[in-house]
Amino acid sequence: MNKDEVPQEPAKAYMGMKKALYALDENGRMAVVRSAGWEAEEIVLDQAIEEFKALAAQAHARARAGASAPLEYHMYRQRMDVVLLAQSTGFFRWSVRRHLRPAVFARLSAEKKARYADALGLRVEELERLPEVP
Amino acid sequence: MDVVLPFEHKQTAHCESGVISGLLTHKELAISEPMAFGISGALTFAYLPLIKFGGMPLIAYRMPPKGVIRPLCKRLGVEMVFETFRDPDQGMRTLDRHLDEGRVVGLQSSVYWLEYFPPDMRFHFNAHNLIVFGRRGGRYLISDPVLERAVECEAEGLKKSRFTRGVLAPKGLLYYPRKIPSAIDYRGAIRDSIKKNTGMMLYTPLPFIGVRGVRMVARKLRKLKRDELKYNRLLIGHMVRMQEEIGTGGAGFRFLYASFLEQAADLLGHAPLAEIGRQLTAAGDEWREFALLAAKMCKGRAEMDYGALGDRLECVADLEERFYRRLRAELPALRAT
Repeated sequence: MNKDEVPQEPAKAYMGMKKALYALDENGRMAVVRSAGWEAEEIVLDQAIEEFKALAAQAHARARAGASAPLEYHMYRQRMDVVLLAQSTGFFRWSVRRHLRPAVFARLSAEKKARYADALGLRVEELERLPEVP
Repeated sequence: MDVVLPFEHKQTAHCESGVISGLLTHKELAISEPMAFGISGALTFAYLPLIKFGGMPLIAYRMPPKGVIRPLCKRLGVEMVFETFRDPDQGMRTLDRHLDEGRVVGLQSSVYWLEYFPPDMRFHFNAHNLIVFGRRGGRYLISDPVLERAVECEAEGLKKSRFTRGVLAPKGLLYYPRKIPSAIDYRGAIRDSIKKNTGMMLYTPLPFIGVRGVRMVARKLRKLKRDELKYNRLLIGHMVRMQEEIGTGGAGFRFLYASFLEQAADLLGHAPLAEIGRQLTAAGDEWREFALLAAKMCKGRAEMDYGALGDRLECVADLEERFYRRLRAELPALRAT
């Protein structure tokens, strides 16, 4: 890739930031060139973010309907899934899945709720609540 | 008490090679990012479907975390100190003590809890690296090599990101060079790393590592089930992200390695290395073409064609294989003269 071929397609995820790429300069040597973004990268990043948003919205609807605890919504909201949440809290995956049930979640000890809150970077009150909109 | 140590921030493509290049240069062993990355021999390709990352198979273009620092320092003869902590507060106190003693240190951290990253770039990736060079009013002064400028981070966020749990948990890892050798055998280090690296890419007896790994993914792409469009799109998108997004310098570290070969050619006065590097730049361009095509297909701007993606990747594998063979053939000429 030549320096003048380095994509400069401002990506909104960068928020004005630029990142370093290596490309051939005028003298045919590899040098650091700053890039404002690349279409290909933006597409796949958007895709990943949208996927989490969709999962959070579905979990929000389920929690509304009482089929799931707000924990599930917060998990996706913080870009996690059951596997990651289990790893970050030290609970087994099957326990996490169980804790997603509203009745089970309601009975969790304060200590266990605190572990979830900590892993998700929330306060316990926030964890128990479902925001109006996802 | 505030501490601001003199440290020159430099933006690099990749966090780990950038941090070690910064730390060594600070200790008066000037080494560029490409040189650090090249000598470490961390360039690779690995397809590990059993290790899941957000439900997706692990596809790696470089060796696992610490795969730059450890081999690099071993080949250069640099002694590093690595400290991990069980207690987060202890980890923060030790960081403060190093700063008070005038030591600039590297840290491993999660990306997600670092407030200075734009929100859309924050994912739960635990193997990020950054440099701390001071403390001012309860905030830490950070040289994060993937950013253009030095930044600040509030203590709570830094603590959280150093002590996340899960895969590749940083456990508060803190590191710095203790002893820099007075003389370095660059010829030996470069030769050794090229030998190891080309050997791994060409001859690893596992079908999912190196050039064979690229071919395996090409086959997998061709065979994706036509009726699982949603999963397939996520998988292909994931692959492109691993290749481009995670600070690779473009084309999954291929351009970075080509730059290393150029600098090695100068340092050793051995021009053919730079010419061979061009072959890798060309392979890198093919990787980028693949990424662009794949992204367009994900978005529905081009018609999804698994066969075409597989063919593209097969072409990348051919170019890379020719490159590694040519580079390996150069080894005898790199013997001490």
